[in-house]
Order: sequence, then C-alpha cells, then structure tokens
Amino acid sequence: MNIVVLVKYVPDAQGDRSFEADNTTDREGVDGLLSELDEYAVEEALTLVESGDGEVTVLTMGPDDAAAAVKKGLQMGAHKGVHVCDDALAGSDAVATSLVLAEAIRKLGQVDLVLTGLASTDGSMSVVPAMLAERLGLPQVTFASELSVDGSTLTARRDDESASLTVEASLPAVVSVTDQINEPRYPSFKGIMAAKKKPVETWSLADLGVDVAQVGLDASWSPVTAVEARPPRSQGEVVTDEGEGGKALAEFLASRKFV
Amino acid sequence: MAEVLVLVDHVDGDVRKSTAELLTAAARLGEPSAVFVGAGAQEAAEFLGRYGAAKVYAVESAEVTDHLVAPVAEVLASLVEKTSPAAVLLPASNDGREIGARLALKTSSGLITDAVDVTPADGGVQTVQSVFAGSYTVTSVVTQGSPVITLKPNSVPVAEAQGAATVEALEAQVSDAAKSARITERKEKAASGRPSLTEAAIVVSGGRGTAGDFSPVEAFADSLGAAVGASRAAVDAGWYPHSAQVGQTGVSVSPQLYVAAGISGAIQHRAGMQTSKTIVAVNKDAEAPIFELVDYGVVGDLFAVLPQATQEIQARKG
Repeated sequence: MNIVVLVKYVPDAQGDRSFEADNTTDREGVDGLLSELDEYAVEEALTLVESGDGEVTVLTMGPDDAAAAVKKGLQMGAHKGVHVCDDALAGSDAVATSLVLAEAIRKLGQVDLVLTGLASTDGSMSVVPAMLAERLGLPQVTFASELSVDGSTLTARRDDESASLTVEASLPAVVSVTDQINEPRYPSFKGIMAAKKKPVETWSLADLGVDVAQVGLDASWSPVTAVEARPPRSQGEVVTDEGEGGKALAEFLASRKFV
Repeated sequence: MAEVLVLVDHVDGDVRKSTAELLTAAARLGEPSAVFVGAGAQEAAEFLGRYGAAKVYAVESAEVTDHLVAPVAEVLASLVEKTSPAAVLLPASNDGREIGARLALKTSSGLITDAVDVTPADGGVQTVQSVFAGSYTVTSVVTQGSPVITLKPNSVPVAEAQGAATVEALEAQVSDAAKSARITERKEKAASGRPSLTEAAIVVSGGRGTAGDFSPVEAFADSLGAAVGASRAAVDAGWYPHSAQVGQTGVSVSPQLYVAAGISGAIQHRAGMQTSKTIVAVNKDAEAPIFELVDYGVVGDLFAVLPQATQEIQARKG
C-alpha cells in the first residue's frame, strides 16, 4: 500500500506568533516545527505499512524551512519525502494549497491512501482534507479516531457531538486522523541516522504544471484586509481561599449576573 | 433582496441555538433561507421563521444523510446555482467547515472559517476571525463567488423577527462520487442533560487537579446550568470523554463565562478557551499560568472551593 502523508511546518505555538506587513503569517522570525497533529498521521501510515507492505511518502508545501517537517517524518520512519517549494506560493490560502497538493499527489502516481492530521496547528481550518477529496474525486473519511484497512476497503470511526459513526469507503481515499487514534513514536537514533540517506525531491510549480496566477496572496478569494494584535488580558482579582473562597467566587459570579 | 442560505444544525430535528445566530447574521446580508437536511423540516419551520427564515428548503433523502459531508455540499451547490445567494452561512462544526470547503471549490467562492462577526461590505462580505489563540483579530473580505462562511457559536446575539417560513421540498440529486464514504452505523450518545459544550453560555472545565473525581466540577456546573469540559490531561488520563476536551486539539469554546478548575493553563488549553468573555480559575497553585488570564481567580483546593460555591449559588437561587 502506498501512503502519502501530508505534513506542515508551522510556527511554534509556544513562541510569539505574528504577521508580516502583507497580513500573511510571519514564518521568518519565529521557530517552526512539524505541526503536532501531523505526527498522528505519520504514525498511522507507518503502522499500516508495517502490518502489510508498501511505502510511506511525506509531502509538504512551504518555504525552505518546511524541509524540517519532511525530515521529522523521515526520522519517524517514512521512506521518502517530497517538498513543494516555490517563491510564488507565499501567502497561498487553503484553496490554493489544496490545488498544489492535489497536483503533487497526482504526480506521485499510484497512491492508495492520503493521510493527514485533523488540522494544522497554525491555520486550524480543518478544510484541506475535504478540499483534496473534492479535487481528486476520492472518498473523504475525515476525523477518524480508529482506522482499519481490509483489502481495498477501509473502515473508520468518526465521533461528533451527538453520535459515534462508523464510515466505510474503498481505496484510494483521503483520510484525516484525530489525536485519539494512536501514540506517535519518537524518532530513534537509528531512525535519525537513516533519515539522512532517504530521498527527498523538491518540486516547483512548473514541475506540477500549476499556473503561478492560481496561487499566492493575490490569488486569494478571501484576502485579509487588516490584522490587529489583541491587547493582552489584564489580570483580574485573585484571592486566596482561607475558608470563604467558594462564597467569594459565588459573590463574584452574582455580581456579573451569572447567578 | 438576495437570499442568504443558512445550513440548519439540528439533532434529530431539534434545531440548535447556533442556527438562530446564523439566521440573525444572515439577515444583515440579505433574506435568510434555511436549508434543512433530514427529517423534521415542517416542525422546525416555526423556530426557523421566528429567527428570520422566509423559506426553508427541505431535503429528506437517505442518499444525503447516509453519506459523509459530500452530498450536503452538492445539495448546497445546486441551491447556490439556483438562487445566487449573497452568502452561505454554516455552523463552525467539523461537518460545517468541511461542507463549506467543498462548496467553496464547487462554486469558486471565497471561504472563511470560524468567523466571529460578519457584515456586508462593498462588493462582498466582511468577516472577523480570532486567530493564534485569540492573540490577533483578523478582518477579511470575500471577493469571489457567493461567500461561504462558517460562524462560531456565541458570536452573534440572536434577534427574533416577525415572520413565518414556508417549506419547499427539494429533490436531491446525489452523484455516485458523493456517495463514496458511507455511514454504516450510527450510535447516538447518551444525552447528559447538560447544554452542549460548543453552544453553552457557561462552561466549567476540570483538569489534572480533579485527580479523576469530576463530581464537584459537575455539581458546580449544574448549579450554573453550564456545560462540562475537560483539559487534555484529564482526557488523556481517561477521566473524561475526549468529546469534552477543550483546547487546541479538542473543542474550541467561547462562552460568556469559562471556569477552569484544577487546570494549569498550558498554551494548548488556552488556545481553546481564551476568547471566552469572562474567565475564572480555581487552582491550588498560585503560579499556574491560567491566573494570567482570569477576571477572577481563587487560589485554593477545588474540592473545598467548588462545593462551597455550589451551595452558595443554590442558596441564592432559593
């Protein structure tokens, strides 16, 4: 089974994230890392391949630094990497991102499963998997908290607020997984050394046959017009409980009309 | 006036409060039309009309409801083609975002997810989003197609309108491609009797400090008519179901009041609750980062503070 896992290099949420003058995310001034939620997709791909055969390709789109997300995937055990890198991609929205990723997946040839995390930890939109399924004409099985593949049929569990669903589809398919599906492995020393020898291809938009007019900031159908930093919350009153803390809390809630 | 399509969020015909918010927001942009998928449109029409829907498009087809996401996007795309709406508003749920994503591609329309405000703008629709754990506010303008927007619950105050909705049955034509992910089993979750986490005006969450005993958290929540949430630490420990997890990898909530009990306030948790209007924390550790965010904090043992507060609230209610 050939599995493609989408990975994204994102600004570290622990750091101070910010914006550029053109209202795009500042990716230069902050430390980045593999989006935490993508590790679950890499882990699931490795598990599926280990119990059968085939290979795992990690695919990313992003600036030079984004190669670090591919590297982490390779260190975990993925077999090869693809990095779509092109200056024209800067500022691309989800619509453009899904177009480029769909073309990259097509170029990879025979793919049985496209695996992703449930969202990136920067944009947090959770829409690229659905857009890929739409563009590639594949079944969409998203927010899977359990996944099994039997021959060419996959079965997944998807929970929403009111129900737990069992969903069935045939391969190839686009699947996004939640952080409930597994426990991602840490790269071993052996994995880190082996990753250095694994092949990574870098593709440009020309390699994918994507017109530069379809991507980047200017192509967005929903451009950001203003960004404003929220003033940090000023700390309110903090009291220490010396026996009456609960009453004081109730008093505060009553004063704000919550009781 | 152009129509504005609103996808109705309901559980077995019970329309969620967030739909009233969507209809109220839609009325700013044009004439709201509700799109109701599933059984019970006729019964829901009274509620939908009360919040401004002039029309209810009713789609009751197993072909739509037995498959994941794609068929609803097709239904909406055909309605967009038919009505050229000023916008399409959807709930900011997993389903809502994904339906919106596919609809945006099908209709070559700009997409905005998790908006907290929506207003008409020159040549389109302007939205406001809160990003990076609430540390930035971002304004966008949708410039192409029929703007597709998912709106976060508790963002727009609801307004009742005079009017009644007429129900129009719609025949859904679902393509084979849209039927490729089949729902083979649906297990309804037992109702807790509490409001749903994403919609509740008040949320009380428990964390590591509960040591696995959520009873004081639940009792306190019930005294306030609140939903119960949990931190990732509490969920990972198996103390509370994952569906209740508030945070970056769980549910994002934005209630009028958020109470964090025994939660230190790691960045991942803050990402899911920082836009709450009023924030309260109870924690034994005076150094817990959650206290940096609070409007009111009590440094103390939640097993002492919460029961006393619960008793006091019940006494005040008489």
